[in-house]
Amino acid sequence: MEATYKHPKSLVSLQTKYCPGCGHGVIHRLITEVIDELGLQGNSIILNPVGCSIWADLYFATDSVQAPHGRTPAAATGVKRMLRDHLVVCYQGDGDLAAIGTAEAVHAANRGEKFTTIFVNNAIYGMTGGQMAPTTLIGQKAATAPEGRDPLEAGMGYPIKVLEMLATLEGTRYLARGSVDSPVNVRKTKQYIKKAFEAQMRGLGFTMVEILSPCPTNWGMKPVEAVEWLKDSMMPVFPLGEIKNQLEAVK
Amino acid sequence: MPEKTEKLLMKGNEAMAEGALRAGCAAYFCYPITPQSEIPAYMAKHMLERHLVFLQAESETAAISMVYGAAATGARVMTSSSSPGMSLKQEGISYLCGADLPCVLVNVARSGPGLGGISPAQGDYFQSTRGGGHGDYYHIVLAPKDVQECADFTFEAFDLADKWRMPVMVLADGLIGQMMEGVVLPEPKDLSTLLPKPWAVGQQGRTARAFNHVSSMSLVPAELEAAINARFARYDLVRKTETRVTLSNCEKAELVMIGYGSSSRVAWGAIQLAKAQGIEIGLLRPRGLWPFPYDEITELAEQGKKFLCVEMSMGQMIEDVLLAVGARSARSKESSVHFVGRCGGNIPSEEEVFAKAKEILAGRSEPWRLDGRLRSDGSARGAGR
Repeated sequence: MEATYKHPKSLVSLQTKYCPGCGHGVIHRLITEVIDELGLQGNSIILNPVGCSIWADLYFATDSVQAPHGRTPAAATGVKRMLRDHLVVCYQGDGDLAAIGTAEAVHAANRGEKFTTIFVNNAIYGMTGGQMAPTTLIGQKAATAPEGRDPLEAGMGYPIKVLEMLATLEGTRYLARGSVDSPVNVRKTKQYIKKAFEAQMRGLGFTMVEILSPCPTNWGMKPVEAVEWLKDSMMPVFPLGEIKNQLEAVK
Repeated sequence: MPEKTEKLLMKGNEAMAEGALRAGCAAYFCYPITPQSEIPAYMAKHMLERHLVFLQAESETAAISMVYGAAATGARVMTSSSSPGMSLKQEGISYLCGADLPCVLVNVARSGPGLGGISPAQGDYFQSTRGGGHGDYYHIVLAPKDVQECADFTFEAFDLADKWRMPVMVLADGLIGQMMEGVVLPEPKDLSTLLPKPWAVGQQGRTARAFNHVSSMSLVPAELEAAINARFARYDLVRKTETRVTLSNCEKAELVMIGYGSSSRVAWGAIQLAKAQGIEIGLLRPRGLWPFPYDEITELAEQGKKFLCVEMSMGQMIEDVLLAVGARSARSKESSVHFVGRCGGNIPSEEEVFAKAKEILAGRSEPWRLDGRLRSDGSARGAGR
């Protein structure tokens, strides 16, 4: 009988250091499945940022470059400009992308850099222990927002909707938001990733897939509760779907 | 392309840019800042028309991380800036050193601290030679004194970076960057002779090598220590083989001036004033600041020679001179280390440097003290006037 579901070649067969219920493992798998399907394993470079996904270079059976916190899109720019025929994946969390690295993300997008950013949004700083992130929801508790994120009295700002912000930039071609909360959304997210990677390899412009991902440890929830909270609380703020798709227009 | 020996009139900034291009610089990332603006303008003009990678970044922190990414692919890559911008680049420089990536950094230094001014200064000596970012590291620093050396040192910096797998900084200043002199440009590098970079990312599928991971992270203390120890073993080889110093007129001299870059030109002018009065003064000019020529200075100290450090700062290189003289030599009691300098974008005059030399020779100059800001008569120390 033919095996229809195999371990991706581009994914190292290793138990990850990620916490139970964390979304990174599923997202790593989706990326590596697409890399395999496109036949790009020996032609791919992953940029792993500072944050939990700094471990990504342990799990991707591809070349990788670890960048300073937030500078991931700048380092990816340097890589992609030199290796134009390679798949370059800029893997970032919400703190890396939407706080310390906002300028790098915005300007890479505006230049239409021809790499793909995978933006894992779990609304919290994971590795450092659950501090408030730029995407933390209003009222959501964090180590540095013990009473919940309060944009008014405490002046903690509002959750940044990265894709909607980047959609205004002419250099962006494909911006989609998926989620790993359910099998159907996992499959949709994989299609977004595949579209983005194919667009990158055709040199169409900047592509980003944001993925809502649970962080049970720092949300203080059990994995199943975390998935429910993601659906009930995050999705209304960060709606799923293709936020911008100009791939047909620029063919 | 000009003939081999044709002498061109160029600015120091342009000579550094052309030296880089002739060394095979394939990518250049920058952010605007005075007084190095001719470098990005030159690179934009000449790189874009040759379809090389030129990119004006959104910030210095981004530019140095672009350098990091491009260097990870094995490309010859450069960035340039001036003092406040170099401060911002320190994050990336620490990462480049931690990941053992070669690249070339040009600092056309100006006065600080803070925004300071745009006039030439040498106040970035500590930052450049001590690893200006976090962690244990060094990188090679070359110090050109004229436009010819701007071209030659930048050209050679790429070879040194590849050889030692580290960033190499060319530390000039606004005076050297902005002035025009004749220069004979180096012959373009034969790019087929470049060292292989088996550690670089990219083209894995064509070589079937193991996957390469460019990273400075190591969370296991024993592993990180081993990596740093290996790097420092390499630093020892660099110290042994890449120390660059020029000694002039030292044999007959009781006093030796020590200065690099622009200051060495002022010192040499002062030495000519002395010669006209029948006084012989030597010059020790470090052409590289890391590694520093400690042994050459120690040797002169053991001959009992006195030193006058000439700097465009409040006294930074002088601390390395004191290390060479004081800590290493029991026989250097007759030796002493003195200082003359200006800061804030001012350049010491040949006359004031010569006047200080005469004070030292007459026994009227107090040696430099690291342990206090007050002279023995209670007056405050000050560089210059």
